Amino acid sequence: MPRAAESGKLHFYDPAQLFMTEPRKAVALISGGLDSMLAARLMRDQGIHVEGINFFTGFCVEGHTHAIRSSKQDKPKRNNALWSAEQVGIKLHIVDVIDEYKDVVINPKHGYGAHLNPCLDCKGFMVRKAREWMERNGFDFIVTGEVIGQRPMSQRRDTMPVVARESGAFDRLLRPLCAKLLPETLPEREGWVDRAKLLDFSGRNRKPQIALAASFGFTEFAQPAGGCCFLTDANYTVRLNDLWTNRRTKNYELDDILLLKIGRHLRPRPNFKLIVGREEGENNFLNGYRRDFTHLFAVSHTGPLALVDGIVNDADLDLAARLLARFSQGRSADKVTVEIHPHGGAARAIDVVPLHPDEIPESWYL
Amino acid sequence: MSHHELDARRLLCPLPVIRTQNRAKDLKPGDTLEITCTDPGALYDIPAWCRMFGHEVINTLQTREEVRITLRVSAPCAKP
Repeated sequence: MPRAAESGKLHFYDPAQLFMTEPRKAVALISGGLDSMLAARLMRDQGIHVEGINFFTGFCVEGHTHAIRSSKQDKPKRNNALWSAEQVGIKLHIVDVIDEYKDVVINPKHGYGAHLNPCLDCKGFMVRKAREWMERNGFDFIVTGEVIGQRPMSQRRDTMPVVARESGAFDRLLRPLCAKLLPETLPEREGWVDRAKLLDFSGRNRKPQIALAASFGFTEFAQPAGGCCFLTDANYTVRLNDLWTNRRTKNYELDDILLLKIGRHLRPRPNFKLIVGREEGENNFLNGYRRDFTHLFAVSHTGPLALVDGIVNDADLDLAARLLARFSQGRSADKVTVEIHPHGGAARAIDVVPLHPDEIPESWYL
Repeated sequence: MSHHELDARRLLCPLPVIRTQNRAKDLKPGDTLEITCTDPGALYDIPAWCRMFGHEVINTLQTREEVRITLRVSAPCAKP
């Protein structure tokens, strides 16, 4: 209510303002997928002021691979979270949580899913970060695009309350797409949102979401939720496990997890692995790391750039050069000249015989 | 009003946007910020972010190696 007098000064009421109320504010977790886009739109349609939040963990699939690989030129090089927020007509705040997120990946309280995906801990972490943002910025509640039964760990009837509790969001966490199947939340009880207009989606069937998207006129949207995190990818988690095993420490830096997304990874010896670019875009990206790694490339034939991760001797480098030659245009040649640039040492060129496919065990591939 | 520069080279999506967002919140309305990136996605993402927050993109330049985007800051951003 406006105050009639403040500090002894008389203030006059504006009659129009007596009937104007500030809209309630929600912060919506925007992943870049369809569900969060729909949830945010449902809230906007109820007159809520919605702003989006997106957390960058370093494990996102879309942006990086598209930015790096030349073969992905056909797909738009855009950030899906930004794009979907713009479709809904809301602001998006992208927050770097790379360092804080490490503890979620390394020590998940609720364990991993099928791979190294700590989905329940991840959801709790993100909702907690959203709650902290909400409190700092004077917002009223949090919105997610979760649907009961859609994900095996984090979106189950029994785990949804865990997320609300462990994040500290409690009943300020509203899931508009399945709210009718859940207990009333604060925004519903207080009448900030109309529960009758919320939805009762459940399960993995995505037809209701597709139909709702069509009704909103969303003709283009990113892939369904869950496919946007490398930690759900079997091949990627093999590489991450290999990194932890061979470094004898369960930790990582951003560059480590970026490099796991790129190229062929082969571990011919326990003390080193080779990261070999598969195409021009990957070679360009790996080239940016050449000062940090021993690296090699063929000079007699066209071929990829390879980084050597580990401590190597001359025999290891000879093997690495023969392996690299296998992936060059000289793979069938009698010899390939390879230039080796040891980390911190002088470059030298050696002639090698490319490895025959039979000499490359499947177990070397990560 | 002053001009500022941000080096976002070698950073991949969405880091150029995050760095831009974090830098812009410390600038005053009317200040200009020139961001240099190597991720071509920044050419779409930074203007999209500017549209959302009302910042004005006053110049974009794409070469084979780099993308340069210059924006004029409008209002301060929320706390990240």
